[in-house]
Amino acid sequence: MSSVLEASPLTNSLTAGKLPRRSSLWVLLASWAVSAAVFAMLYLSGAVEGFNIVGTVVFGTVLYCVAIYVLSRLVEGSRKAKDRLMTALVTAAFIIALLPLISIIYTTVVNGLPAFLTPTFFTSSQRNVVGAGGGVLHAVIGTLLVTGMATLVSVPIGLLASIYLVEYGRGRLAKAITFFVDVMTGIPSIVAGLFAFALFALLFDDPGIRFGFGGAIALSVLMIPVVVRSSEEMLKLVPNELREAAFALGVPKWLTILKVVLPTSMAGIVTGVMLAIARVIGETAPLLIIAGFTASMNYDLFSERMMTLPVFVYTQYANQGADSQAFIDRAWAGALTLILIVMLLNGLARLIAYWFSPKLGR
Amino acid sequence: MTTAAATTIKARQRPGDRIFSSATVISGSLILAVLAAVAIFLLVESLPAFVAAPDEFSGDITNFWSYVGPLVFGTIYSAILALLMAVPVAIGIALFISHFAPRKLAQGLGYLVDLLAAVPSVVFGLWGIGVLAPLVQPFYTTIVDWFGWFTPFAGPASGTGRTIFTVAIVLAVMVLPIITAICREIFLQTPLLHEEAALALGATRWEMIRMAVLPFGLPGIISASMLGLGRALGETMAVAMVLSPSPEVIFQLLTAQNSNTIAANIALNFPEAHGVGVNILLATGLVLFVVTLLVNMLARVIINSRKAFSGAN
Repeated sequence: MSSVLEASPLTNSLTAGKLPRRSSLWVLLASWAVSAAVFAMLYLSGAVEGFNIVGTVVFGTVLYCVAIYVLSRLVEGSRKAKDRLMTALVTAAFIIALLPLISIIYTTVVNGLPAFLTPTFFTSSQRNVVGAGGGVLHAVIGTLLVTGMATLVSVPIGLLASIYLVEYGRGRLAKAITFFVDVMTGIPSIVAGLFAFALFALLFDDPGIRFGFGGAIALSVLMIPVVVRSSEEMLKLVPNELREAAFALGVPKWLTILKVVLPTSMAGIVTGVMLAIARVIGETAPLLIIAGFTASMNYDLFSERMMTLPVFVYTQYANQGADSQAFIDRAWAGALTLILIVMLLNGLARLIAYWFSPKLGR
Repeated sequence: MTTAAATTIKARQRPGDRIFSSATVISGSLILAVLAAVAIFLLVESLPAFVAAPDEFSGDITNFWSYVGPLVFGTIYSAILALLMAVPVAIGIALFISHFAPRKLAQGLGYLVDLLAAVPSVVFGLWGIGVLAPLVQPFYTTIVDWFGWFTPFAGPASGTGRTIFTVAIVLAVMVLPIITAICREIFLQTPLLHEEAALALGATRWEMIRMAVLPFGLPGIISASMLGLGRALGETMAVAMVLSPSPEVIFQLLTAQNSNTIAANIALNFPEAHGVGVNILLATGLVLFVVTLLVNMLARVIINSRKAFSGAN
């Protein structure tokens, strides 16, 4: 027995004709090293100024794609080579998508922090400020009021509509609503702003109308379909057994929905609403059109122009004064505030979903 | 439910039931009413623009259609360019998350891509003008030098990098998350039996994806791209901030003169518009609404027809 085993060839037939296990990792590191060496030589010879890290990584990755394809083709054949090449390309696509995200967050933090950390930034408005200084208090208040009002308008409508779709809706009306809710999610935000403007300009017969409530209506148009979609998904997750148990006990349908279905799906619905808020809180175009912009505080949704954070960022950038750097700094600081709010809302929504979601069997 | 037709038991209608169910019906119908109202109010307010006198328009433009023409071109041109860049990358990302990444990491990586969707468009605008445009400008000069004989790349290269090509890159980044999210969902729905059958026949992972996953996901990819197209067509602030516009049809990608988009044109001119000028901008908004509505409806019809097949597994 043992003599037969010893006589057999030492290569393992399962791994024959294949590259060693970690070869793609080593090839990747080697290509990056080669590319770093090339760029270092360019730098040392004085052909370019500064060591180009981005160039190194990009060139190294391209080199890796070529090297792994050629190597694999020589050892493993063309099919496996193509597989390795596509794996490299697909992974590269993912990395490419992360680059802008990292770049945006990095530049916003770096450019935004100086003005963000000035003591007046959250305690004063831009009234009578011509150079550096001033703050975003008026914009933060405006954003809270407008978004809060939009939430008040769209959550009841959206929630009731989703209840209709899940609990009552049969036939043509339900189909039409489902279809057009989906279509509505694709309405450009600026069209929502134009709609609110056209509506109130006709209602109040004022061709230059600007006020915060109009902005809230415009945001509701964008928010309602998102709320409907997410609540609908959540209501569908409630097991039918719960409804049937309630009906069997003689509970009326509306009480079943209010006392059984809604509490069960509440965590998911709250998450969906918060994600919807996070989506509309960064909308600029509709508010620019119907809420307008101002440098002063305004606590009244129903009269006068009202500043909001995204519009603040845009106007600081677009209407720079004599001391332009101060305006650009404030624009970045406003952007940082906005990103922090959106990330906070997103994180909170995920946490709520994680904490309160009904525990499923594993 | 199958025998319900014969022995339907009618529940007693209580007042609470009536009030509640009519409230839900009204809310549902309200959504349809809002969509109709958007169309009607925009149409009413934009009627004066269609008959506006020639001197209401700036430059040598005499009627509404020659005003909106270059804007429609710019809107579609930039959106298509953005899609050409975004769709292959989005398919790659979706495949990476659904079939290549380690299972435990996949969901976290998905969130990471979704974070891109959470960045407000005005921040994309600041980033496009502050980071991206200076970054790509040297490449534009090189491309114009080498490939200037090819019309879209003809010079002179923009000195600031604020061209329609830069805009398209920003738009591509902005529509990536939505295309990725839908493609990912569809790819995950591929019947496991198809995948395992391909692997059992000796296919490599890429061959399995090409033979099982991509054919199954094709309608999903198409409709995801169209939803991304709808997003790119309507994107306002990033374009308004990054592009240096001019009111003509221009095919060149890298020069300082670029066709503007409808949405950006509205955002730039609305705060100062008055009289019929407001109506003209509202009318361009109506055109944008109709275009995006058609694109979105087509996309949804394709997605919905897909649902019929997905019961196959």
